[in-house]
Amino acid sequence: MLRIEDVTVRFDGSAAVDDASLEVGRGEVVAVLGPSGSGKTTLLRVVAGLQAPDSGRVLLDGVDLAGTAPHRRGIGLVFQDHALFPHRDVDGNVSFGLRMRGDPPRRVTARTAEVLELVGLTGFEHRSVGSLSGGEQQRVALARALAPEPTVLLLDEPLGSLDRRLRDGLLEDLGQLFDELGVTAMYVTHDQTEAFTLGDRVAVMRAGGVVQVATPDELWSHPADADVARFLGLANVAGKEVVRPEAVTVRASPDGNGTVESAVRTGPLVRLRVALDDGRALEAAVAAVDHPAPGDRVDVTIDPEGIVRLR
Amino acid sequence: MKRLTAVLGALAAAAVLVATGCGGSDEQPTRVVLVTHDSFAVSEDVKRAFEEESGLELRILKAGDAGEVVTRALLTAGTPEGDVLFGVDNNLVKRALTGDVFEPYESPELASVDPALVVDPEHRVTPIDRGDVCLNYDKHWYASRGLALPKDLVALTLPRYRDQLVVENAATSTPGLAFMLATIAEFGDRWQGYWRKLRANGVLVVDGWEDAYYSRFSGSAGSKGKRPVVVSYASSPPAEVIFAKPRPSTAPTGVVEASCFRQVEFAGVLRGAKNEEGARKLVDFMLSKRFQEDIPLQMFVFPARTDASLPPEFERFAVVPERPLELPPQEIEQNRESWVDQWTDIVVR
Amino acid sequence: MRRRTWRAVTYGVPLAFLGLFFVYPLAAILDRGLRGAGDPPLDVLADPLTREVVWFTVWQALASTVLTIALATPAAYVLGRYRFRGRSVVSAIVVVPFVLPTVVVALAFLAILPDGVERGWAPILVAHAFFNVAVVVRIVGTFWANLDPRLGEAAATLGASPAQRAREIVLPLLAPALAAAGAIVFLFSFTSFGIVLILGGPRYATIEAEIYNQAVRLFDLRAAAVLSLVQLACVVAAVWVATRLERRLVVAGGLRAERDTLRSIRTRREKLVVAASLGGLGLFLGLPLAVLVERSLAVGDGYGLDAYRALAEPTSILLASPWEAIVNSFVYAAAASVIAIVVGGLAAFAVADTRGSRLLDLLVLIPLGASAVMLGLGFLIAFDTPPLDIRAAPWIVPVVQALVAIPFVVRIMVPTLRSIDPRLREAAALLGASPGRVRREVDLPIVARGLAVAAGFAFAISLGEFGATVFLARPDRPTLPVAIFRFLGRPGEVNVAQAYALAVVLMAVTVLSVLLVERVRMRRGGWF
Repeated sequence: MLRIEDVTVRFDGSAAVDDASLEVGRGEVVAVLGPSGSGKTTLLRVVAGLQAPDSGRVLLDGVDLAGTAPHRRGIGLVFQDHALFPHRDVDGNVSFGLRMRGDPPRRVTARTAEVLELVGLTGFEHRSVGSLSGGEQQRVALARALAPEPTVLLLDEPLGSLDRRLRDGLLEDLGQLFDELGVTAMYVTHDQTEAFTLGDRVAVMRAGGVVQVATPDELWSHPADADVARFLGLANVAGKEVVRPEAVTVRASPDGNGTVESAVRTGPLVRLRVALDDGRALEAAVAAVDHPAPGDRVDVTIDPEGIVRLR
Repeated sequence: MKRLTAVLGALAAAAVLVATGCGGSDEQPTRVVLVTHDSFAVSEDVKRAFEEESGLELRILKAGDAGEVVTRALLTAGTPEGDVLFGVDNNLVKRALTGDVFEPYESPELASVDPALVVDPEHRVTPIDRGDVCLNYDKHWYASRGLALPKDLVALTLPRYRDQLVVENAATSTPGLAFMLATIAEFGDRWQGYWRKLRANGVLVVDGWEDAYYSRFSGSAGSKGKRPVVVSYASSPPAEVIFAKPRPSTAPTGVVEASCFRQVEFAGVLRGAKNEEGARKLVDFMLSKRFQEDIPLQMFVFPARTDASLPPEFERFAVVPERPLELPPQEIEQNRESWVDQWTDIVVR
Repeated sequence: MRRRTWRAVTYGVPLAFLGLFFVYPLAAILDRGLRGAGDPPLDVLADPLTREVVWFTVWQALASTVLTIALATPAAYVLGRYRFRGRSVVSAIVVVPFVLPTVVVALAFLAILPDGVERGWAPILVAHAFFNVAVVVRIVGTFWANLDPRLGEAAATLGASPAQRAREIVLPLLAPALAAAGAIVFLFSFTSFGIVLILGGPRYATIEAEIYNQAVRLFDLRAAAVLSLVQLACVVAAVWVATRLERRLVVAGGLRAERDTLRSIRTRREKLVVAASLGGLGLFLGLPLAVLVERSLAVGDGYGLDAYRALAEPTSILLASPWEAIVNSFVYAAAASVIAIVVGGLAAFAVADTRGSRLLDLLVLIPLGASAVMLGLGFLIAFDTPPLDIRAAPWIVPVVQALVAIPFVVRIMVPTLRSIDPRLREAAALLGASPGRVRREVDLPIVARGLAVAAGFAFAISLGEFGATVFLARPDRPTLPVAIFRFLGRPGEVNVAQAYALAVVLMAVTVLSVLLVERVRMRRGGWF
């Protein structure tokens, strides 16, 4: 439905987006994942029409969007740091798109209430934007973008400025929302959890180019190259081989083949760094409550299924 | 931040320099202060001559035109800004005298001054120069059309001089006022009728002399004006010669003698002056030959002294009317406001 | 600095300054005028002529303001949006007409306008716009450049056409700056004197002209005093409305530093828009200025630099060489700018405070609308006895010039100060910054640009200042505008040419000075 073909954008000589191509199907959520400076925001702005590409094109349902002004594209955008209109209250913000296209007042009120309910902000119509918390502001921004039922919804790191708990809660809500509404969306983030949770497919960007597009499972099991693997948070990347931490079994054993260097609990899992006698270092993810401590001798075995060959 | 501080510091230093440049006015018996209007001018060497002769530093305070100067003097009567006031003209002198601004002083140099110019028997004011406000015409304009020059005030009401006259607003301009007074002096009670005829004959009224002379009058250098007759000064034709490059052999403009209204400028010792003796010396000096002969080329008026010689351009191109139009200062002061009101009604509205 | 001390300083210094140098002299002259036997003062008010004059003054000021804003908006837009080479030059050149003495400009206008169209209210409005475009372009343009462009982008993605974006987003956010600039233009047009007289002809008069008439020509101080009060009342009303509007319109948030908001010009359409806007303004401002330049070069039948060369010679009408007038102007303007920035800056902080004083807000603006004639005369009688016998002190001139410049400084800085997101200040405070430190680290970088604009303005105003100081006796240190005026007061081609040459010099000095002042920026960007 949305097709980005070989888009390049240059700023001062260097390419911010370099020959990027991507397809988003109807009702699909594609997460664009990449570190800062990888060009993901610029790509989003090109799709929204806020930035003209130096080459390449964007097609919506087969129609080239070149020459169509942003306000005619029917593409919504949720900005990083919300960009809510400070001189309007919540209602003024959310109903903005509806008023711009001339909906009758009754319809506007109804739809505004509907959308506010969707994001869990019922009754917030007359609150001033400045008095809202960060999470509330982001939800208003979302509601505002959703209200006019855009063909495509673009989101630029919308959860970036929120604390963990808020983010996780909103993440869940967003996921549900996307499913319910069957939204066609591009979701830009640098956070892997967000990308994997929301994205039907994930596009990894690096230095302006799209490096890999795959479902979360595929991406996790077969990262395209070492950089992608490292970016995904995979440890144990050595050359063309990656050993999954879950595939490393560690058992306490006085005459084992390695020593535990560190043990860090990251919630349900414990990450153990083990220095093997043969010089290698491996990271293991262990689910047991009882686990070896630093300095213990352990026996390390690797499940061959857990070895990934990089392309 | 540092740069801003540096610049601000420099500016502040400059400010301090300005402030300390001239300390406030103290009782310094070595200085005499002349308060005058913007058009006052004197040659550097004449000024120095006074300073050497008298041993006093001459400080000149200038601001505004004659009217403003008098107003300021009236407001500060008794605690004046300076020691001598120069620039009261005969239109305003009565007001100044009533306001008790001056200290009487009869200068010995008055013996050489034309007695007709002395208006105050108590010598609170001393005549220094005289000039005349007259109609000026553009010679070239008339010559190129083969028309006769207007010779008096009445002529300007004739159809053949239609749309040729530009005058200044009597309410706001000194020469404008003087010209109005000239017509009153000439026509007496029928002056209103005269102006009605002028208006019917297409007179153009503008605000000030600069506008009239530089923009509307066709005879001034570099002007794109279209009107060949303007209210200006008897000294304007010589000025057109002196300040032209290259100098022409004849004056491009001339004066309608019968329209001239006498203007006299006075000086006086201010009541309450800090340096009264110095003030008297200054008045004497202003009546001296040295100063009087400097006047024509500096202020473009004529000296009050009868034995002062004139520069050659003045001799050749200036007209000194024998019998200019005049009105007694008392009458001017009493009626000016109502005259100006009537004039405005007739001519402007 | 402790909060209480800070408050005392930001309120106290401006109040003391205004009290001593504005309220006191004005009160003195009004008192002198209204006292004394005679007809009751309301006489003047009953006169239908007075009513006519008041009505004309008000509507021509309103119309001038509207026209000025309309003409200035395209250029303000360009300056508020794009980054391009020569940007600061454009911003500086716009100030030139503002600085020129009215006599010179009026003559230039008269030279351009065809014969039949010369006088009347239309040339008055156009001349006012000519002078005041600078105020709107710079104040509004600067503010515009600090608006967050993403708000407009958000509106676009929500379906707002460019026209809708202008109406719904830009206009409301720009409103405080528009109100501030509009107020200043209104005040200047309201108290305009020379332009009305020269271009309007004898049929049109403003209150200020009438005051001058009464005070100086007729020496009827009473009538002058009454008219001043009427003028003051109108001015206070206008200022009250404007400051109220400004307060109401301000929205915290939505501002970002210029570095992040300005874009370079990319598409052909953008180039066209920029060229048309700047070109149009250039033509409007340039034509009269070009006439001035041409006239200054006219020698005999041809052209030459004679007039400029003559400027180096001392001339008796100035009792000095014209170059000295240039130096004088410069020094006075520098001193006046410093005073204006310090006093005005402090006042701006006081006014922009959330619990800021309305009184100070009003008080600061009023000198712009007060009668220059009355103020000047007031100085004469207020400061005539020692130890305050400062009538002839040279620093009186920059003080009076500062009075006119201070309102600009305040008006420029207040909308910006008010729009700073308070959370930024809170964040700084929580990180351990004292209130004074917060001002320096948060407020100053954001208002730095505004401060530079204000300083530039203050300097330009003082350079061209003519009205308010005309009644102050200046010891033989004429300023440029005065020198120009004196040259024009004499017949003779050489004199006229020198007057025009000086006007051209004044123009050049202005542009250079303003550019110089603007180069001083805060390099440390703070948060942004």
